[in-house]
Amino acid sequence: MYNFDLVRPTSIDEAVAALGEEEAQPLGGGQTLIPTLKQRLAMPSKLVSLTAIAEMKGVCKTDDNALAIGGGTNHATVAQEAAADFPGLAHLAANIGDPAVRSRGTIGGSLANNDPSACYPAAALGTGATIKTNKREIAADDYFQGMFATALEEGEIITEVRLPIPEASNYQKFEQPASRFALVGVFVAKYADGVRVAVTGASNDGVFRWSEAEAALSSDFSAGAVDGLSTPDGSGMISDLHGSGDYRAHLVKVLTKRAVAAAS
Amino acid sequence: MPKDHGIGASTKRREDLRFLTGVGNYTDDINIHGQAYVYFLRSDVAHATINGIDTSAAETMPGVVRIFTGKDFEGVGGLPCGWQVTDKHGQPMKEPAHPVIAQGKIRHVGEIVAAVVADSLDMARDAAEAIVLDLAELPAVVDMKAAVQPGATKVHDDLDDNLCYDWGFVEENKAATDKAFEEAAHVTTLELINNRLVANPMEPRVAVGDYSKANDESTLYTTSQNPHVIRLLMGAFVLGIPEHKLRVVAPDVGGGFGTKIFHYAEEAFCTFAARQLRRAVKWTSSRSEAFMSDAHGRDHVTKIELALDADNNFTAVRTETYANMGAYLSTFAPSVPTWLHGTLMAGNYKTPLVYVNVKAVFTNTVPVDAYRGAGRPEATFQLERVIDKAARELGVDPIKLRRQNFITTFPYATPVAVEYDTGDYHATMDKMEELMDLPGFEARRKASEAKGKLRGLGINCFIEACGIAPSNLVGQLGARAGLYESATVRVNATGSISVMTGSHSHGQGHETAFPQVIAEMLGIPEDMIDIVHGDTANTPMGMGTYGSRSIAVGGSAMVRATEKIINKAKKIASHLLEASEGDIELKDGQFTVAGTDKSIAWGDVTLAAYVPHNYPLEDLEPGLEETAFYDPSNFTYPAGAYACEVELDPETGHVSIEKFVSADDFGNVINPMIVEGQVHGGIAQGIGQALLENCSYDENGQLLSASYMDYAMPRADIIPNLDSYIVDHSCQTPCTHNPLGVKGCGEAGAIGSPPTVINAIVDALQSGGHKVDHIDMPATPGRVWAAMQG
Ligand SMILES: Cc1cc2nc3c(=O)[nH]c(=O)nc-3n(C[C@H](O)[C@H](O)[C@H](O)COP(=O)(O)OP(=O)(O)OC[C@H]3O[C@@H](n4cnc5c(N)ncnc54)[C@H](O)[C@@H]3O)c2cc1C
Repeated sequence: MYNFDLVRPTSIDEAVAALGEEEAQPLGGGQTLIPTLKQRLAMPSKLVSLTAIAEMKGVCKTDDNALAIGGGTNHATVAQEAAADFPGLAHLAANIGDPAVRSRGTIGGSLANNDPSACYPAAALGTGATIKTNKREIAADDYFQGMFATALEEGEIITEVRLPIPEASNYQKFEQPASRFALVGVFVAKYADGVRVAVTGASNDGVFRWSEAEAALSSDFSAGAVDGLSTPDGSGMISDLHGSGDYRAHLVKVLTKRAVAAAS
Repeated sequence: MPKDHGIGASTKRREDLRFLTGVGNYTDDINIHGQAYVYFLRSDVAHATINGIDTSAAETMPGVVRIFTGKDFEGVGGLPCGWQVTDKHGQPMKEPAHPVIAQGKIRHVGEIVAAVVADSLDMARDAAEAIVLDLAELPAVVDMKAAVQPGATKVHDDLDDNLCYDWGFVEENKAATDKAFEEAAHVTTLELINNRLVANPMEPRVAVGDYSKANDESTLYTTSQNPHVIRLLMGAFVLGIPEHKLRVVAPDVGGGFGTKIFHYAEEAFCTFAARQLRRAVKWTSSRSEAFMSDAHGRDHVTKIELALDADNNFTAVRTETYANMGAYLSTFAPSVPTWLHGTLMAGNYKTPLVYVNVKAVFTNTVPVDAYRGAGRPEATFQLERVIDKAARELGVDPIKLRRQNFITTFPYATPVAVEYDTGDYHATMDKMEELMDLPGFEARRKASEAKGKLRGLGINCFIEACGIAPSNLVGQLGARAGLYESATVRVNATGSISVMTGSHSHGQGHETAFPQVIAEMLGIPEDMIDIVHGDTANTPMGMGTYGSRSIAVGGSAMVRATEKIINKAKKIASHLLEASEGDIELKDGQFTVAGTDKSIAWGDVTLAAYVPHNYPLEDLEPGLEETAFYDPSNFTYPAGAYACEVELDPETGHVSIEKFVSADDFGNVINPMIVEGQVHGGIAQGIGQALLENCSYDENGQLLSASYMDYAMPRADIIPNLDSYIVDHSCQTPCTHNPLGVKGCGEAGAIGSPPTVINAIVDALQSGGHKVDHIDMPATPGRVWAAMQG
């Protein structure tokens, strides 16, 4: 680790001001950033911790039937507080990493990082969530821009994530054996006006929507509807030690079916 | 009733109190006043010529004490290899120089290019980033078969090629073996890979070098399984420090699994630098460094053939193996694919002819050496896999085929140079069958199929050679060390005992089990006895712990020393009791004159030895301390039958272990609980090899699995629950040639389990109609799925 200064503002405004300085970077739960710093792969001069900002924490249901989650809310809190209204999301959060990771890591940090194998991006894209920052609101469809790439600008903070609550949903995560991130993860959400299917872990372009499955499931929300689809093309999928692109493509279909069958 | 003390009691491990409450004393806990820290600049390319190293900017950075490069080690010895293998033409293996710091050339990712010593680790690391390397990258040699092709890039310019040795065993059997294959009724052939592993002990390696100007003495604190071996190798071959000026201490060590046997560059560096700088130098490996600097394990590519006659009797086994040595020869590397592997190729079977060919190959990868089982897992995997395949090809029951070919009379001289002293392979097979509930398998398979899953049953046998080893024999085979063990039993004045042993405990539980033996012999409480180990300054020269040798060899030395103690104590007692020595009996800590009620307690005799007022001083020296060195006359041969059931998800290729049973014959057992723990752990590591662990390089010699993000370790949730994870050691044929009748249990689980798991996976796939007759380890979901696609 290189040396850095640490500040712990208590409001979003203070945080934004602190981030105005050169080479300042937000610090959420540190579950991604701290290991990166330990390996000396990043050299911020100042870290602006978001953990003391009360207005960025907590989970609540909005009038338009969405779940609003503060950007600084940790995974354990989401696992607990979303359980009643949005079990599919609670289940996703409950299976990220281990208890220590869930007690520190935040939804804002996960979405800002946009690891191609992370779980939350699938939920955000699969629900058509709105990412709220200190500056603006960004639709999930516009937010994810490829592996580790997002619409966020320098110094922009995710303050809240609003996820429309589906009638039924489920997240199926097939774990990469070593990291236990998603080798492939599929989030399925059924709404009155249609079904969304978002896939993480699989594509070289990061999280994506499987539109064929969405179309099929929107007219027939059953595992059988997925059966009839051809397997997505494996050529653009991640191929590594843990599985080929074709294997990942195959898993996309299997997990989509399982998610539909398990959706509640 | 089970015993509650002495041999056969499941005494709770006394060392666990300190390990589990955080008061152990590990090498990283040792800090020497004024110590400096070293950061090793390691190569991030696999193969390159070093044109220059510019340290000028780095040297001026804050806190830098000194920067060392290969130049500073030009007059210093290289790391020695402890075993010389002779090839099939009678020529010695190729033995390239193994520098402490790279000299002119880099040969693997992770090799040390420079060492920065500074006041703090961060300062050292900062300075290392300012070192400018001028490297000319060379093509890397990674694939073993490509490495031995004519014209392949050479790892070592001064050698003719990348072939370390081409070993034939037993070369005299080759023609007869080939003939048996020509005459065979059936031949089964299998090509397979034994995957490269990283041992990953919980505690990474650490070295602290210290130097005392007052008496010109060097001390190395290190994470080692054998401090005396390190002292000998480093003192005599690398740094030229005689033993009386060099102390090596291996305090609490957090797991070794073989990878802490070897003498490493970092140990020599810290000792050397401390002498140069007159200041202690400390190195603590990061986990990332461990992946690219701890010796790796396994990494064999093998073709095995099994010949059978018309009645399904095994008539011959023939193998050809490529064994990866990595870029340099680690301490015992050459012995692993040869003497620890070829000698086990008869397995539990009376196959009359065996011929083993091993080509050891240099590549631009981290050196490979012994890892839990060392050679024996590789032997067992190929032999038991080919037998399983033969059973399927012939349509015979795999248990029946094995039983039919079992060795049943002992001692048994195998065609591969070893003599099994004792065993009962039918007994362990019977036990396994009973514990596995084989008649219920079909119903369990149906239940799995009803859930859309496939279920497979894997059967396996193994034999290993432990209790390493008879020194004269291994000397003939090329070992440059003896493999005896030592113990000093020091009885204190009031009767408590300190045992100084050359064995080393790094998780095995010696501090509990060794006292059980002495307590049994003397009839005194276990807690009157302590084990002292790990420091060359206060233990007799011993060879350390590996090869499941500690109780068989180290324990035997302790028994011999204790016998000497008993002899002398009886002389003292006979004097005090005024009886003849032959009439003295020792029982329950009392010396009694046979047939009388005259007796004297242990403590009174020991006190007399040190306060010799009433003592036969003219015949007997005072004091009560004895040393014994024990050199075994043969290896020990633990063996067993293993089985497991897997459930396989045909949609994803995911495999789960539903049940695992081991029926082992370890001879006599000192502490059943510790033995069971060793087997549980060994099987878990074997399951790790079979399903998860995969140390992988790309074609440029870059390590792909360089962290836990990509290197999958076995975790608790992949192991069956304890009621389905049964380790039995009730079949006991005591070893015939050591005083305790023990065989050793440390490696068995890791040897017997990988083929068990793979046999079960193949069985599951076959039951689903997939014509898969082998799958390489690790059988990850992606690989299983790919195999199912044909
Ligand atoms: C052992 C382990 C296992 C894991 N397993 C999983 C898993 O199974 N699935 C999974 O999805 N994830 C997993 N993770 C990652 C975990 O979920 C992290 O918490 C998450 O990726 C990052 O969140 P964080 O709050 O820790 O962010 P940090 O590490 O603090 O920051 C990550 C990045 O986001 C930026 N950032 C942080 N907060 C904000 C914000 N509010 N607005 C804008 N930028 C911000 C930081 O500047 C940094 O660039 C695992 C992590 C570990 C260590």
